[in-house]
Amino acid sequence: MAESLISLENAGVQRGARWLVRGVGLNVHRGEIVTLIGPNGSGKSTTVKMATGIAKPTEGRVTRRPGLAIGYVPQKLAVDWTMPLTVRRLMTLTGPLSDVEMDAALGEVGIAHMKNASVANLSGGEFQRALLARAIARKPDLLVLDEPVQGVDFSGEIALYDLIADIRRRTGCGILLISHDLHIVMAETDTVICLNGHVCCTGTPQAVSASAEYRNLFGPKAANAIAVYAHHHDHTHMPDGRVLHADGSVTDHCHPEDGHHHGGDHHHHDHHDGHAHADHGSERRDANA
Amino acid sequence: MPDDFFVRAMVAGVGVALMAGPLGCFVIWRRMAYFGDTMAHSALLGVSMSLLFQVNLTVSIFAVAVVVAVALIFLQRRGGLSTDALLGILSHASLAVGLVITAFLTWVRIDLIGYLFGDILAVTQQDLQIIWGGGVLVVFAIIKLWRPLLASTVNAELAEAEGLQPERARFFFMLLMAAVIAIAIKVVGILLITSMLIIPAAAARRFSASPEIMAVAASLIGAVSVVIGLSGSLEFDTPSGPSIVVAALLMFLVSQVPSFRLARETGEPK
Repeated sequence: MAESLISLENAGVQRGARWLVRGVGLNVHRGEIVTLIGPNGSGKSTTVKMATGIAKPTEGRVTRRPGLAIGYVPQKLAVDWTMPLTVRRLMTLTGPLSDVEMDAALGEVGIAHMKNASVANLSGGEFQRALLARAIARKPDLLVLDEPVQGVDFSGEIALYDLIADIRRRTGCGILLISHDLHIVMAETDTVICLNGHVCCTGTPQAVSASAEYRNLFGPKAANAIAVYAHHHDHTHMPDGRVLHADGSVTDHCHPEDGHHHGGDHHHHDHHDGHAHADHGSERRDANA
Repeated sequence: MPDDFFVRAMVAGVGVALMAGPLGCFVIWRRMAYFGDTMAHSALLGVSMSLLFQVNLTVSIFAVAVVVAVALIFLQRRGGLSTDALLGILSHASLAVGLVITAFLTWVRIDLIGYLFGDILAVTQQDLQIIWGGGVLVVFAIIKLWRPLLASTVNAELAEAEGLQPERARFFFMLLMAAVIAIAIKVVGILLITSMLIIPAAAARRFSASPEIMAVAASLIGAVSVVIGLSGSLEFDTPSGPSIVVAALLMFLVSQVPSFRLARETGEPK
């Protein structure tokens, strides 16, 4: 097993008389993606706060590997107009960066051209990308993402999930992420932890969606499946509307022979029908391997 | 040369403006204007404590302001009343208690107007040493604290997760606020101190492309306000502290005029 980055044992946080979350056990290893799902108020954010050290556990134990570098994308971040902040300045908010590192991180998330834009003028998707770039530029051992795709439209969401999976593959960092939609979990997720004030079930996405606890918690409708993103993309739609292909070329439109993509015209992603896509995705990946 | 009272006033005012600039930016970014006001009001309690216990005025004002800030943190932790209401209580209670205590000190005559509105023309050589000595320390501390303070202003959780200790930065920031208020009281007085923090910083926003530029620009705009205000007060025989604030206000209004190119050029530090 790869090196453990963070481990929670029977950890819980109490506020007043109420337990926000209790009895959480979880481990994130190097190169592993762990996704937390659960209804509102189920303790997802509290669990992440314990993991990162923002919240101290009232009971139980939290162990972080000594010297662990964390890159964090918080759930809510509003930059007031009164603070003049460009994307470039945002990148060095918590630590210095060389220009090369900065450009590389911004390029990876596809907003290299927005380096000098004011943060206040970014769209929701661009802002999430900037936050993600800031977090990965630190070369973290552990990337913690609290609802990283909020405020992002559907195709942008898929692109971001692809990007996150790609970061894990290339850097080998561990990723702890909260999914904003309990039906949607990245296919690349190794472990899904379903919370509801406590750990209700844990396992691979397939195992969790099949479990009785999951069905009880979210009802028979959700029991259908956790939709799994497993599409392979051989091209990416950049924020300016151009298209970046796998071979590095850039065109104004995608080609008809391009792989699966997410234009509104042939939108056949059904959240409740995710298993079919999982198959489709793995075929594509094999074909391109 | 600094024997001349007017030159001393100028040097004192510019010193206060330079340290107030970066601090004022944080007051605006963190929405702490009322907090600044509360600490300033507590300065009158500091004045009465200094007279009561025969201690140095600057030290006494600093200590009382820190106590009020700590009291606020404690009351916030306890929960219940909103921060807004707590500030209202602390602010006016400390002002009133200070006034009541001074009323008992029948053996001293207090220049209340001097404390409320400042008495920059009476600045002594020793005051200058406190202002510039303290000012250098404050600016140095702000530079050292800059990254954690800025990061926790943008998002405290992010700063905490990435190891920047935002609580510590916030505590030191309160100490710095208390220090600036204690140092600046002689120049602009209790009632106008917050304006020296806020107005130059607000005027600097329009000309600033980064937080660092805004901090420097706020210092410069504050310094220019001091020069204009003091010269104006000499020319028109107006009270000096309020004249400085009026000059800062004029600079703010100029900064708000859309496409006022000249203002852009003079207001932006090169």
